[in-house]
Amino acid sequence: MSVSIHVQNVVKKYGQVTIIPDLSLDIENGEFFTLLGPSGCGKTTLLRMIAGFNSIEAGLIKFDEEVINAIPAHKRNIGMVFQNYAVFPHLTVRRNVEYGLQFRDVANSEAAARVDAMLKTVRIEDYADRLPERLSGGQQQRVALARAIVVHPNVLLMDEPLSNLDAKLRVEMRAAIRDIQKTVGITTVYVTHDQEEALCISDRIAVMREGVIQQIDAPQVIYSRPVNTFVASFIGHSNLFATSLSGQQLRFSPDYAVDLRGLVRSDAPSGKTVTGVRPEEFALSSAGLGLAARVVKSTFLGRYVNYELAFGDASLLPDQAAIEFSQDIGTAKMIYQPGDVIHLEVNPEKINVFTEAGESLMSGVRP
Amino acid sequence: MKLAASPRDFWFWTTLCIAALFIVFLVYPLFSLFASSFVDAESGAFTWSHYAAFFRKKYYYRALLNSMSVTACVTVLAVLIGAPIAYLTSAFHIRGKKLLDTLIIISMLSPPFIGAYSWILLAGRSGLITTFFAEQLGIRTPTIYGFSGILLVLTLKLYPFVYLYVSGALKSIDISLSEAAESLGCDPLRKVFTIILPLITPTVLAGALLVFMNALADFGTPMLIGEGFVVMPVLIYSEFVSEMGGQANFAAALAAIMVVITCLIFLGQKYVVNKKSFTMSALRPMKPSQLPAVQNTLAHVFIYGLVFLSIVPQITVVYTSFMKTRGSMFVPGFSLESYATIFDKLGAAITNTYVFGLVAILIIIVLGMFIAYLSTRRRNLITSIIDTFTMFPYIIPGSVLGITLLLAFNKPPMVLSGTAAIIVLAFVVRRLPYTLRSSAAILYQISPSIEEASISLGCPPMRTFFKVTAVMMLPGVMAGAILSWITVINELSASVILYTGSTRTMSVSIYTEVIRASYGTAAALSSILTLTTVISLMIFFKLTGSKELSL
Ligand SMILES: Nc1ncnc2c1ncn2[C@@H]1O[C@H](COP(=O)(O)OP(=O)(O)OP(=O)(O)O)[C@@H](O)[C@H]1O
Ligand SMILES: [Mg+2]
Repeated sequence: MSVSIHVQNVVKKYGQVTIIPDLSLDIENGEFFTLLGPSGCGKTTLLRMIAGFNSIEAGLIKFDEEVINAIPAHKRNIGMVFQNYAVFPHLTVRRNVEYGLQFRDVANSEAAARVDAMLKTVRIEDYADRLPERLSGGQQQRVALARAIVVHPNVLLMDEPLSNLDAKLRVEMRAAIRDIQKTVGITTVYVTHDQEEALCISDRIAVMREGVIQQIDAPQVIYSRPVNTFVASFIGHSNLFATSLSGQQLRFSPDYAVDLRGLVRSDAPSGKTVTGVRPEEFALSSAGLGLAARVVKSTFLGRYVNYELAFGDASLLPDQAAIEFSQDIGTAKMIYQPGDVIHLEVNPEKINVFTEAGESLMSGVRP
Repeated sequence: MKLAASPRDFWFWTTLCIAALFIVFLVYPLFSLFASSFVDAESGAFTWSHYAAFFRKKYYYRALLNSMSVTACVTVLAVLIGAPIAYLTSAFHIRGKKLLDTLIIISMLSPPFIGAYSWILLAGRSGLITTFFAEQLGIRTPTIYGFSGILLVLTLKLYPFVYLYVSGALKSIDISLSEAAESLGCDPLRKVFTIILPLITPTVLAGALLVFMNALADFGTPMLIGEGFVVMPVLIYSEFVSEMGGQANFAAALAAIMVVITCLIFLGQKYVVNKKSFTMSALRPMKPSQLPAVQNTLAHVFIYGLVFLSIVPQITVVYTSFMKTRGSMFVPGFSLESYATIFDKLGAAITNTYVFGLVAILIIIVLGMFIAYLSTRRRNLITSIIDTFTMFPYIIPGSVLGITLLLAFNKPPMVLSGTAAIIVLAFVVRRLPYTLRSSAAILYQISPSIEEASISLGCPPMRTFFKVTAVMMLPGVMAGAILSWITVINELSASVILYTGSTRTMSVSIYTEVIRASYGTAAALSSILTLTTVISLMIFFKLTGSKELSL
């Protein structure tokens, strides 16, 4: 029976150090929810609080309406997948998957059937009688996943389950995890610091920083409308320009400004702003309009060419020496060389304007 | 790993039980020891007089000086022998290295006093070598009794500690370090002194400490071969025996002095080693190279000569156990009469050894696993204290422990003196550290998430321990348990204080037989003990899959 999870004002301290000062979030039943953030921000800590392996200093965690703070880990009916797999080395694949069923009221015949079906779902039925040491990393990860899901847990918790796998296997396994999760329909909390993985696998993502949630939204929203410059730069790359806003008019340089009517909040104060533009969202202007930039370096990446561009006016880029611009080969008329001067325009729909403190000014974005 | 689950879980109660056991069987006895060292035997009043007497009378404090001087010499010699052998066997091709390793380990693990007693048979007053030189050549060989005898026997018995430690450290030195030195123009000899020696110094110190502690604590050797040269464990024993009648206040004071001294040395060494230890692991360990012919011969002579000397006692014992005897004399011809005698008269000692030993090992395994788990996975103030306390018996001399336990348990509320229980208790307390250490070592290699996986699947913490953790710990636990077992069956210095007629063990019987000059039966018993040790060692190597021993 899958459940919704409600985390209400929880606090986590290790001794005197507060890791999570005050965190709340709600995860819907059946949702694939990802905790994303830089190393050390407290993702694992929060996940282990939900699992019951970390104490909760204050606040409540609920599964549906039931407060679980005082329920020990083994009674929470969770399924957990660990970074290092944690497959029992002394048990065969089948025994590993069976393991959790013996603590639940499951008839033997049903248990066997469930294990068989599970082994098939994760495609390890051929290795059922092997010991884990004779499995590859990806296969062990499948065993760990099967073992966690076969008990029909309330929630599935995964802490960087793919980080020990090579790149190709990672992509394959993340599709597998996503498919299985949707088939079984189980509430899942997934921890990663790989943003690409988070974007492609999740229903919603919570971006964390130093124990504080920055934004919770669907992947597309997080990417296109980040709430602050931290999220804008952590998820994908954003070039941050020093700009100024007057009314609905955003000015990049004395001779380049764009109209953001209806895009920024109507109450956005005029004054200095920071504007984030993704590398792939510039448009080359053949008419010589927009921002003039000099190519410093060009890197050919197959489908894209990545340029490092510098501007004559240093005040445009207060924190960066150069910006990044990706040119799609499919539509490119020519490839530029270092020293060439090009002109870039921005698409007003795609850019994000922030206050100097880094908070988004775009309309529709929750502060 | 810290579990949020209710603090009153299985591990909470385990911690409590073990803490209680420790208070009753270790803290309380040590407390009684110190307490009774301040009690006047007649009046029962508080007194400093036992300590005053010790430092005033030359006969007493000279034992301490003797102990220190012979122990220091043994330590230096053991390092001078053990470290070069380790270096030679690691850096150069030495023939029969496996055999050498095995012989060295056997000589280290066999009963401590076999050495003394065999050397008396060989070079004592009417020994084989002595009589040969006196009768055939008219030469008087130097005496084996006293300082030089203790030095000889203990050095040959204890240098293996240094050898094993240093061999281990040399294995962890990556060959690139040595190659780097050579590429910078360092010649081989300078390389040893500028690179290798500094890197293994902490290990040498650790090995030296072990030698020092063992030499300081040894009772059997100086008792048999020391004669007029009285050392502390012998003094403690003889004072204790002559004091008897329930009171042992002076012996308690002596024992307390030993406890303080060993603790100080131990702490001092810890401080030094902590300050200058390196962590190394070799991707490419040193490969042995070929020595030039002359040096090669010299190295082989040196190594084989020493290893032969250290295995001489075992050979002597096994050989003489098959000789015909008349009274205390060996007479020409072979027979099994010594064995017949021991099975006839001393059968109980043999069964006692195995029964007490097995009971002790079972307790050691259970305690070792639990304490190792608590101190690695549930670290808190209480478990850290327990962890430190369990190492305590590792450093205090057996005879001191024996007196400590006897003083604590020869009066109500708990009278254990004279029972088998107190012998088993002494075994457990003294030999637990081996199992504890190897259990902890293997636990560090098992990821806590394995347990968490089991718990997350619905298995309660206690069942998780038995179903998953304990199973995975087993190889390490068993390796440690065998070492505990070998040292249990060879234990003498505590049991010689605790035994009574019905609870005597093989080691105690060998000791009493030697004292009675009944050498044939002593040899037969020693052979059985040595055989048991060798078989246990073979099981150990089979189990751990290597020829390595960590102590
Ligand atoms: N047992 C502990 N005792 C003290 N501090 C801890 C403990 N466990 C974690 N921390 C601290 O809490 C913070 C958050 O750790 P956490 O493991 O949750 O990070 P994370 O977001 O999972 O990082 P990563 O992506 O590197 O796994 C870190 O600063 C870490 O040092
Ligand atoms: Mg983490």
